[in-house]
Amino acid sequence: MNILSLFVLIPALMLLGLWAARNLNQVRGVMVTGASALLVLSVWLTVAYLQARGAGETAEMLFTDSVMWYAPLHICYSVGVDGISVVMLLLSAIIVFTGTFASWKLKPLTKEYFLWFTLLSTGVFGFFISTDLFTMFMFYEVALIPMYLLIGVWGSGRKEYAAMKLTLMLMGGSAFLLIGILGIYYGAGAQTMDVLEIARLHNIPEEMQRVFFPAVFLGFGVLGALFPFHTWSPDGHASAPTAVSMLHAGVLMKLGGYGCFRVAMYLMPEGLAMWGDFFLVLTTISVVYGAFSAVVQTDLKYINAYSSVSHCGLVLFALLMMTRTSCTGAILQMLSHGLMTALFFALIGMIYGRTHTRDVRELNGLMKIMPFLAVGYVLAGLANLGLPGLSGFIAEMTVFVGSFEHTDVFHRACTIIATTSIVITAVYILRVVGKILYGTCRNPEHLKLTDATWDERVAVICLVVCVAGLGLAPWWVSDTISLSVEPIVSQLCVLNP
Amino acid sequence: MNSNLSAIWSLHAELSLVAVLLVLFLADLFRRPEGNGRWFRVLACVLMAVQIGLDLTPDTRELFGGMYVNTPFTSVVKSILSAGTLLVFLQCGEWLGRKDTRHRQGEFYVLTLSTLLGMFFMVSSGHFLMFYIGLETASIPAACLVALDKYRHKGYEAGAKFILSSMFSSALLLYGLSLIYGTCGTLYFADVPSLLEGNALQAFALVLFIAGMGFKMSLVPFHLWTADVYQGAPTGVAAYLSVISKGAAAVALAIVLRFVFPFMEGQWTLVLAVLSVLSITVANLMAILQSDLKRFMAFSSVSQAGYIVLGALAGTAQGMASLAYYIAIYVVANVAVFAVISTVEQHSGGLTGRDAYRGLYRTNPRLTLVMTLALFSLGGIPPFAGFFSKFFIFAAAFEEGWWLVVFLALLNTIVSLYYYLLVVKAMYISAPEEGECAVGAFRCSPGVRVCLLACVAGICLLGLWSGLYDGLTRWAELLPFDKVLAGF
Repeated sequence: MNILSLFVLIPALMLLGLWAARNLNQVRGVMVTGASALLVLSVWLTVAYLQARGAGETAEMLFTDSVMWYAPLHICYSVGVDGISVVMLLLSAIIVFTGTFASWKLKPLTKEYFLWFTLLSTGVFGFFISTDLFTMFMFYEVALIPMYLLIGVWGSGRKEYAAMKLTLMLMGGSAFLLIGILGIYYGAGAQTMDVLEIARLHNIPEEMQRVFFPAVFLGFGVLGALFPFHTWSPDGHASAPTAVSMLHAGVLMKLGGYGCFRVAMYLMPEGLAMWGDFFLVLTTISVVYGAFSAVVQTDLKYINAYSSVSHCGLVLFALLMMTRTSCTGAILQMLSHGLMTALFFALIGMIYGRTHTRDVRELNGLMKIMPFLAVGYVLAGLANLGLPGLSGFIAEMTVFVGSFEHTDVFHRACTIIATTSIVITAVYILRVVGKILYGTCRNPEHLKLTDATWDERVAVICLVVCVAGLGLAPWWVSDTISLSVEPIVSQLCVLNP
Repeated sequence: MNSNLSAIWSLHAELSLVAVLLVLFLADLFRRPEGNGRWFRVLACVLMAVQIGLDLTPDTRELFGGMYVNTPFTSVVKSILSAGTLLVFLQCGEWLGRKDTRHRQGEFYVLTLSTLLGMFFMVSSGHFLMFYIGLETASIPAACLVALDKYRHKGYEAGAKFILSSMFSSALLLYGLSLIYGTCGTLYFADVPSLLEGNALQAFALVLFIAGMGFKMSLVPFHLWTADVYQGAPTGVAAYLSVISKGAAAVALAIVLRFVFPFMEGQWTLVLAVLSVLSITVANLMAILQSDLKRFMAFSSVSQAGYIVLGALAGTAQGMASLAYYIAIYVVANVAVFAVISTVEQHSGGLTGRDAYRGLYRTNPRLTLVMTLALFSLGGIPPFAGFFSKFFIFAAAFEEGWWLVVFLALLNTIVSLYYYLLVVKAMYISAPEEGECAVGAFRCSPGVRVCLLACVAGICLLGLWSGLYDGLTRWAELLPFDKVLAGF
């Protein structure tokens, strides 16, 4: 059996284990065992991948395998990874692992919660290993629907509204996506559903690309919080339970960027040539608008959710710049944003669990009361605003340098406008950090609160190490990604030399 | 033409069904009317289970000079219909065992099997008269079934509505057939195509035919009877009507359009496309407004019929296969939903409103899970089977260039997801009105449990297992369409 199939098999076994679990300890046992196994597997995969590349392996995808599934439509269960998917799998495994600890004390219906949580992660892992359009789309949808119950049942605030809005908007996106996938399949002569094969054929008629490129890009773009389809994101994130926010902002939104790159842009470069500038303007708006919106929010989760809109917008922005450096930056940004936003949501969840408020105006001087969480929060904030030495700096630097390689006025203008988001990010991060962590605590109730427990420390430390690790030693990741971005970008550069 | 005994044996799907019917009819005579009659229900289910296997015939046979045509594809469709009927039988146990209905059990089984027999002939017909007889055999007993709870006011009303609309649609259909006979001079499926010129009378006949079948399948704008009938009919009967009747009518419609009217394709595809989009859209909008689950499922089934028509619209072998596949998946998912509705109704003193389901998760977690999975499947969420059937039917229609229709249907899946989620929300999220869920905890009867288990297995596995769809595609390719086209 192919090693990559384990990424789907382990969550499937976890589902069975959870189904059979009788009490809370067994549920936790299954989750920790499964999440650790996934983490070990993804680390092992990363090492094996780097070794294979080091040994001179030049195929675009490694560890490939393909089993015919629905022969009449050429649907296969095909798997394979390149540098981009490897780092995304690593990211997902880290978030699932830390998310498990972040929802350690969740109540009620813990077992059901973890069942849906695991189903969600099955979809995520399956999506990143797939190279077949149908399988990819199937896993994509598997990852969406559990969100409804996860937010609706275990969320807070306006959870029913938020859950319905999120589900319907994302499903709306996938309706566009489905029509786009059918367009790609039949446009390429109905011979194969394999992404690499279709890219190699490169035979989708230009007029079909013009119709179906925006469908696919929008379909994935909705999940990537593309303006003006981002409105599900703040409500959804604010209402979701902690670990779900982490997984959703950390990983699920990356499915959008990954799909835009791997499917829409890779398979329909002529369509991209026509629509690229239009979407570039939309993403530039996302970047700046998201950042400005974050400034005026008072709910910690809303601040972070809008910051996610801005940062995920930057991913799509960088992809649409279509240079090798900027696309590498986009993937780095996915990785970095996934880690730091998960850290943020985890910390917000932990603080909220103690203070029962997320309102910035009601929180003061938490640094003295819960120093561990506060330091974590500062680190996450600094990473978010792009301090050198942490992951955000590496990603944003690469993105903007790559974007500035364009010499024409339009791209330069977009880049300059997007760069302003760095300053605005600093405004809302530093304002919040100063407001809630420093100063003196005015609420006597808050003085009695305690610092992080062991399970929370595991989650926070794990994420902080990753954020700092990526910031201090980025070269191995960026080289791997850059190598894998190359074939896709060269497909695009046929058009704009 | 070889009407000897061995040729008759190729009717074995129908013959075995008649045998089952007769055995049950006779057994009913020896049953004490006031007894619970559990053995009788078990007998019915066992006989049906045996019968399913007998439906399959591996080769194409013509009988009675081409009036009856059986192909591997139609045998498989018959198996699907039989299996669906078995599932309905399993879930009806609780309702039939009730004190006020137990003396009518025999009637229920005999009437149901008569309609099924009619559908078998309808699907296998090679002549319009055979088709019409099959259709009527499938309709008239169904009206009695709808009014089986005859002391309930609504049941009576539903029966009357059903028989009237059914007669009306039959009249339309007959008029259409008479026009075909008038212009072509024959009613054999094999001969009509070469005599069709596509003139105005024949186009009118086609429209009448589609309208007549539209009534049976309850496509918009011929759907107005559906909600009232489903609400008034016993829940088990509503389940039967929504899946088996509809499925058989859809297959028959697709076969006739493809087989008899291939040269008027330009005309009927447009009509079907409009009907499909209308059905899906209107029914979806109406379903949102329903708070009674039986009415809600009625509109949901109208919109599902709209999706099924997409397969007929494509008209290719792949389209036919997707259509049959869609029906198979739709049967398991819809029967599961109706089984839950029916069993909740039986154990709560007749509650079918959505509000009664608030907080059902607390009292009946397993039943809720089954309902959720079935609704997700109906909504087309992977990894459940409904996702696959929707994808295939969309792909089939897309291949024939119906991009816009597919896109509109896709947008409608979001609307349908919204109202399916409303039920899920009621069960899991909404707080019950009076602290406790209106439906107390209860244990389902063994029959219902077997039915739900089979449905859940179907929902979870039929999509992941590609064998059924592959087989259907292979058999659909054997349908004698190409012979018709090759004749020219």
